[in-house]
Amino acid sequence: MPSLSRPLSLRRRIANLGFLVLSAGAAVAVLAPLAAIFGYLVVRGIGALDWNFVTQTPRPIGEPGGGMANAIVGSLMLLGLGSLFGLPLGIGAGVYMAEFSTGRYANVVRFTADVLNGVPSIVVGVAVYALVVLPQQHFSALSGGVALGIMMIPTIARTTEEMLHMVPHSIREAALGLGVSQWRTTLSVTLRSASKGVITGVMLAFARVAGETAPLLFTAFGNQFWNFDPNQPTAALPLQIFAYAISPFEEWHRLAWAGALILILLIAVSVTAVRIVVSRGTMQHNA
Amino acid sequence: MGAAIEVKNLNVWFGKAQVLQDVNISASANAVTAVIGPSGCGKSTFIRCLNRMHETIPGARLSGSVQIGDVDIYKSGQDPVDVRRRIGMVFQKPNPFPTMSIYDNVAAGLRLNGYGNRQVLDQVVEHSLRMAALWDEVKDVLKKKSGASLSGGQQQRLCIARALAVQPDLLLMDEPCSALDPISTGKIEELVFQLKTEFTVVIVTHNMQQAARVADYTGFFLMGKLIEHDKTEKIFTTPSDKRTEDYITGRFG
Repeated sequence: MPSLSRPLSLRRRIANLGFLVLSAGAAVAVLAPLAAIFGYLVVRGIGALDWNFVTQTPRPIGEPGGGMANAIVGSLMLLGLGSLFGLPLGIGAGVYMAEFSTGRYANVVRFTADVLNGVPSIVVGVAVYALVVLPQQHFSALSGGVALGIMMIPTIARTTEEMLHMVPHSIREAALGLGVSQWRTTLSVTLRSASKGVITGVMLAFARVAGETAPLLFTAFGNQFWNFDPNQPTAALPLQIFAYAISPFEEWHRLAWAGALILILLIAVSVTAVRIVVSRGTMQHNA
Repeated sequence: MGAAIEVKNLNVWFGKAQVLQDVNISASANAVTAVIGPSGCGKSTFIRCLNRMHETIPGARLSGSVQIGDVDIYKSGQDPVDVRRRIGMVFQKPNPFPTMSIYDNVAAGLRLNGYGNRQVLDQVVEHSLRMAALWDEVKDVLKKKSGASLSGGQQQRLCIARALAVQPDLLLMDEPCSALDPISTGKIEELVFQLKTEFTVVIVTHNMQQAARVADYTGFFLMGKLIEHDKTEKIFTTPSDKRTEDYITGRFG
């Protein structure tokens, strides 16, 4: 009989330490790129970031100064429109797959969502160009919103489905047993129990499309001026960053860095804000 | 007032497997009926047929009739949602709504059915929690604490209060104490005893002492059949079927 009371052998101690170092190293390696990107953005971007940057529109070539205020507003408008299309469709599809379908049709929806997730974003842009821009005869924020919305759907649908699957069946039974109809149970009980996870999925989708450039190239198109009309071409941060970053002008490069910093801050702030609101809104289990 | 139950020629299948065979049983209003039997004998299925909850399982099929009060709950055109509004159910594991406060849990049945008068809700919540013997323990944290933050026994009494809040004619309890300690179990048994003044109660239990303590009538199920149904004393002292005797004396099951 081997005894378990003797102390660990030297080999085991070394192996323990080795694995600890390896896994800690992997954790650092995961954090490092994000920290590096963010740090570099701050270093390069903070210099060009001033009040003018967030209040003024771009200046013509050769004229110093100017900002990306119209692109910030444009990005917010595009993300708002995208969420308007993507949220209800994504959550609706997720609810359908998890709660209302037992059969083949849910598999078709699931498979389609997974394929859509893998479609390159530029292809989504081309498709929306053919479906919305051509019939409309002009570029618009609306078409950009549709493109972003389409890209949000698969992530939202699949996370919604998975989060709903994690809600114990007993919770649904409790509601059904009270004589609550199925749609009401889904809406007020099941979806509400899964809300944290669903919102995480929504924020993932939001953060992912916030930085998308390709689907906006021939939908939202870009704009050097203010635009608040969803039916008109609009500026967007990623488009503006792209345009400035490939330009030959040092001044524009500085603005592109600042724009990238603003874009990351915008995503970080909105994701954090939603998280805080959500955790305040739901009951704490051990409060 | 509770409602009487009349079950006739009840057969239930899940897919091809028949889980209940030709069950005939009746229970008078305001009585407690216990359903006992070994695991897998169909007693949970039986109780779930009384509020059409078995229909939430895909592939479930049923023949026969179940009359509760003056309603044939399987007559065509009868909406199962309406049936369940008149019948409360308490499940094996306490299942409070985790995102809702204690108050909201009890009010859920009324609120989710569109009833919103706050004063009436306040009264119903207090009355239901008192009936479930939970009021004194939670009255100060009604809206502050989540239903899931209570202890197991309290959660189950919360679930009972939630079921009572819709003022059902019939209360179904599917092994309500199997996840609870003896003290909580004692409280719930005491409660069942009091509840029958206002409700008809059907309780599934694995615990034969529990059946003997709380039930006026007891039915014994074995392999999908109702073997015997009689006054509880009779079942536990002089059962007429050999199989019932074997089961209650612990020879099998």
